[in-house]
Amino acid sequence: MPYLLTINGQSHEIDVEGDMPLLWVVREQLNLTGTKFGCGMAQCGACTVQIDGVATRTCVLTVADSVGKNIVTIEGLQSPQALAIQTAWVELQVPQCGYCQSGQVVSATTLLEQNSNPTDADIDAAMSGNICRCGTYPRIKAGIKMAAAQFYNAAGAA
Amino acid sequence: MNINRFLKSAAGHQTVDNSRRSFLKVSAGTSAGLMLGVSFNGSALAQSAATDAALELNAFVSITPDNVVKVLIKHLEMGQGVYTGLATCIAEEMDAAWSQVECEHAPANTARYANLLMGQQGTGGSTAIANSFMQMRQAGAAARSMLVSAAAAQWQVPASEITVSNGILTHGARSATFGELAIAAAQQPSPDAESLSLKTPAEFKLIGQENTLRKDVGKHNGAAIYTQDVKLPGMLTAVVAHSPRFGGKVKSFDAGAALARHGVRQVFEIDSGIAVLATDYWSATKGRELLSIEWDDSAAETRGTADILQQYRGLVDTAGAVAESHGDAEQTLAQSADVTELVFEYPYLAHAQMEPMNCVAQVNGTSAEMWYGCQSASGDQAAIAQLLGTGIEHVKINTVFAGGGFGRRANPVSDYVLEAVRIARQVQGTPVKLVWSREDDMQAGYYRPAYVHKLSASQDANGKPAAIQIRVAGQSIMAGTSLGAMMISNGIDITSVEGLSDMSYDIPERQVELHSTQVGIPVQWWRSVGHTHTAFSKEVFIDALARKAGADPVAYRLELLKNNPRETAVLQLAAEKAGWGTTQLPAGWGRGVAVHTSFGSTVAEIVDVSVQGNNFKVERVVAAIDCGIAVNPSIVRAQVESAIAYGLSAALADEVTLTAGNVDQTNFHTYRVLRMNAMPSVETHIVPSTNPPSGVGEPGTPPIAPAVANALAAVTGRTFTRLPLKLA
Repeated sequence: MPYLLTINGQSHEIDVEGDMPLLWVVREQLNLTGTKFGCGMAQCGACTVQIDGVATRTCVLTVADSVGKNIVTIEGLQSPQALAIQTAWVELQVPQCGYCQSGQVVSATTLLEQNSNPTDADIDAAMSGNICRCGTYPRIKAGIKMAAAQFYNAAGAA
Repeated sequence: MNINRFLKSAAGHQTVDNSRRSFLKVSAGTSAGLMLGVSFNGSALAQSAATDAALELNAFVSITPDNVVKVLIKHLEMGQGVYTGLATCIAEEMDAAWSQVECEHAPANTARYANLLMGQQGTGGSTAIANSFMQMRQAGAAARSMLVSAAAAQWQVPASEITVSNGILTHGARSATFGELAIAAAQQPSPDAESLSLKTPAEFKLIGQENTLRKDVGKHNGAAIYTQDVKLPGMLTAVVAHSPRFGGKVKSFDAGAALARHGVRQVFEIDSGIAVLATDYWSATKGRELLSIEWDDSAAETRGTADILQQYRGLVDTAGAVAESHGDAEQTLAQSADVTELVFEYPYLAHAQMEPMNCVAQVNGTSAEMWYGCQSASGDQAAIAQLLGTGIEHVKINTVFAGGGFGRRANPVSDYVLEAVRIARQVQGTPVKLVWSREDDMQAGYYRPAYVHKLSASQDANGKPAAIQIRVAGQSIMAGTSLGAMMISNGIDITSVEGLSDMSYDIPERQVELHSTQVGIPVQWWRSVGHTHTAFSKEVFIDALARKAGADPVAYRLELLKNNPRETAVLQLAAEKAGWGTTQLPAGWGRGVAVHTSFGSTVAEIVDVSVQGNNFKVERVVAAIDCGIAVNPSIVRAQVESAIAYGLSAALADEVTLTAGNVDQTNFHTYRVLRMNAMPSVETHIVPSTNPPSGVGEPGTPPIAPAVANALAAVTGRTFTRLPLKLA
């Protein structure tokens, strides 16, 4: 049956089985391939998107349960925090193989949207669900802090 | 060309390790025609007709009329930064502006794109920069020369009066961009390599600079394309039900329910199992769940890892094939009243790269076109051609980014690649994307083998080691592969003992022996190959001897490295930067050290750990590396960070076990890899050097596990001889 999804601000009517994970809808039906398949059981975070502002694993979220939600994939991230994170990612040369990085960027953006001055412990807590086998963790941490500085300083100045 | 000259010019004859030297020797004998160190010309293709598209100046460099320098990268970009590294060398000698450089993967073409240290096109052994440093610079210099010749002809001025900087050629008041001269330059004859003069290190503007941003772009915004993202018209997605046991075969199967499932198009048997083809991944994988398969395990490996390790423990009590011998270590040990003996155990390890194995294949009769993160172009191309009974010229490989590799993608028998081709040839003309789930990937084997080592040593009156005997038991990763002939001699697979057989410590009498075992579990190289286990034994054992001698671990090593200025310098740099012996640690903390040379580079790591009860955390790592010229220091540091994280994951948790032939781990909840919360701070120091570049991707991995074990020993007084490390 058809499901009506709101993804990156656009409505899509998708005719698939209700138990299909949102990940495969996004990747294979809508060709938004930035969201990656890594484990299929919410262990690695490569498939992370924002759902109503919350970093969510789409490999275990069914399309049926995604109806009526505001879904934002890596391709649709637009907040100032997302921009700051992505700018820091390029500047600090965070990605290596890059396969996990869409998920890392979505998780990092979500953290920053909720907490403009995260501590190391906040970063560990928010980011430990995203595995990176290249071990870019130190640069991810530095990237989040670099991005955060602009909001924290801006907030401090205001 | 003469191999010695090649070594000297491109790899640095002092920095090529033993295994590579023997590799080269054989390569030179068997495929000298592919070893042209200065080959950058594109043979007949070099001066293709001028079109709107990029104008090819040589096999690596093209220029578009709109002023883009397109660089073809002969190695696989899998995160190690090879796009950036090779393009830097070209842009340096070409005097291109870094902003005008774009990279793409070269096609499979051994004659043009061979790895000059391997004689075939492939990425591995931390050789990407080492083998191509001179070749890329020459390609850049040749392109520059052709641009200058074109400008000289156009402007009617001597070539020697034209300057080139930041992608612009200038003579007096006249100037032109590379793009404006592209068509004319492509019509110039290719210069003779001998006529090109290359820059001295003092003249480098890009090599060694910090601000050259990476060229593997689109990884921060989801735009980068991996195999998983390839989509072709009419493409089907395939999954395969593999035998639960290695060596198992299909006895019978019932595809009825699977075929009745929505989206499933075909189900058929292939060599490696039952393939399910569907319109999409979810349908394929749901279809696979509906298969009913009976397996024939008559030829399968049915042992568990406990049985296998038990066998190895027995083997190291017996003499093995001699890999290295100086003096009579056995006799000296027999006569010694006090022998230190440690037995080390290492588990099987999965690579667990983030992108599970996958491959897109389309077969039309005797020709094939492939799309995937191809690490072993020559090997895969030949294997596909052989399977299809065709020539390699009928196998086209389009290489895309790989979501990590760590060795896995360069499979010696092209396992996942041939699986895709076997499926695709059953559906002629239809592109097929083979996708492995995480479970498929983790249970498919080609692991770092399990090993047991036994090390025994006596010490002289000053506590220095007098004699050492080392016995290694485990599977050969080279046996049965096309590299076996090169890498195995007199029953010794050099990769099983590398790091021990060529250790730098000055020990008068030493013997290294090897038992290569026969086990039906497929094994393969894993980031840093033999050094993944040999460095741990060597460095933990040396620490144990230092403790017995009452010596400081760094001072003890320096004494044994007196004749090795390079390792001495690297170890001293790490010790100094870490504050070894000068800073006080909090209670419950310990500091450990390890130093190791692999892939032509030396890395020392100093680790601080904190211990609380039966738990510990690695708090800080200070690393020093000598890798010759650091083409891109930021990437060198990134690779050391990465190598440490990868090795630390194995030190802390990674372990594949089998019970009665079945792999126990399935996914990241049972194969527990390093996450952000366990990652220490990492500080990397690069030894300044003007020597030719040596390996960077792997040499940071070997020292981390022993450095952690030695730090734990400093806190607990215990010696840790088993990976992964556990306090209780």
